[in-house]
Amino acid sequence: MKQTNAYIIGYSIVLVVVVAVVLSLVTLSLGPRQQSNMQAEKMSDILGSVGLYDAEAANKAKDKNQYIIDRYEKYITESFLVDSKGNRIPDSEQAAFASLDNLKAEFAKPEAERRLPVFVSRNDAGQVRYILPVYGTGLWGPIWGYIALQSNLDTIDGAVFGHKSETPGLGAEIATPAFQKQFVGKTLFGNGSFVGINVTKGVGSSAGNSHAVDAISGGTITSRAVQAMIKECIGDYEPFLVKNGVK
Amino acid sequence: MFSAKNMKLLTNPLGASNPITVQILGICSALAVTAKLQPAFVMALSVTVVTAFANLILSLLRKGIPSRIRIIVQLVVVAALVILVDQVLKAFVYDVSKQLSVFVGLIITNCIVMGRIEAFALGNKPWPAFLDGIGNGLGYGMILVILGFVRELLGAGTVWGYRVIPESFYAHGYSNNGLMLLPPMALICVGIIIWIHRSHNRNLCE
Repeated sequence: MKQTNAYIIGYSIVLVVVVAVVLSLVTLSLGPRQQSNMQAEKMSDILGSVGLYDAEAANKAKDKNQYIIDRYEKYITESFLVDSKGNRIPDSEQAAFASLDNLKAEFAKPEAERRLPVFVSRNDAGQVRYILPVYGTGLWGPIWGYIALQSNLDTIDGAVFGHKSETPGLGAEIATPAFQKQFVGKTLFGNGSFVGINVTKGVGSSAGNSHAVDAISGGTITSRAVQAMIKECIGDYEPFLVKNGVK
Repeated sequence: MFSAKNMKLLTNPLGASNPITVQILGICSALAVTAKLQPAFVMALSVTVVTAFANLILSLLRKGIPSRIRIIVQLVVVAALVILVDQVLKAFVYDVSKQLSVFVGLIITNCIVMGRIEAFALGNKPWPAFLDGIGNGLGYGMILVILGFVRELLGAGTVWGYRVIPESFYAHGYSNNGLMLLPPMALICVGIIIWIHRSHNRNLCE
């Protein structure tokens, strides 16, 4: 059968329109569900940094997202944005959570325009923790995390990290509890100035050093990326930390 | 409906014409997503759905498709199906969809899908084409699940996220084989499966 150009063009147009309509309908109808999944993921990461997220219990819950939201509302008592001088911006509760969607852009802004989110949690024992998000570049793609600080705003209480596409078994180990629990008890400040957390080569090499953790062997670039991410992102919070906690 | 000829379309890809072990198609994703069983299973299911419905839809359209833009039409249909699958995964099994990351999108380039459309769907009626799609998806998925099981068991000591190798083994010096989690070991495992498969099917050897 010989097909005319008109037939071919008509066929393509109809096909593309039909496909476009189907895809838009599906995206519209599933959109809210996907949004709530992404929101719940951020909440569970924030809770995880202070050890208040129990993945097993969440998986057993009838509605996982609702379970996470309930816990988030129970334990995260405050959230707000701070400016580059470390001043808290009034009425920024909603904006703080929303700003997690464009952290990368926010950290890249000139200092004076930066507005960084802080989350405050209070656990069952009444201990207050400050949770700060961090965002950086790993070997293959973005890495991110949340660092929870004790109320002196110096000692790390917990950390969680995530990544988009680090090498499984090597760089991807930053997302494992084994790597993350090393951060507990380390301090960000030394002799009154901001040091951050360094990574040192070799298992056990960071023992006794309160500003360092063991790097992941075979995951050097990702480990260094974590070090740089903490230095830069938490460094941007320095005015806030100095103002409210560290002497 | 389920005549002997149709059943062959379903069962052949599981053995004698398996897309991975015999036709050596779809290797890339087979290496990438099989470090754990659960993502391997979800990937297998996704590919089966895409091949089955791509075959069905294109077989229904086969008489009207302008031959000059044939490949483009196939791509549009396959791409649309893949986006659908991706959206559904993001909405209902978000954790798994994160682990599969780009590989769901890359189903579009999976040679099995385009291969079956070109080789079978465009020349056959919708029902056999649909069965052929399911058969090939399952043939691909079967290898993925085997790989996922072996790699997760030896690489992490778990199956479907549940610990099966008891802690006491570790206390006595057993340790997980980290190499299992890396793609080169997956390729070696595929090689071993192909070896076993051919040694049982002499007629596959050259």
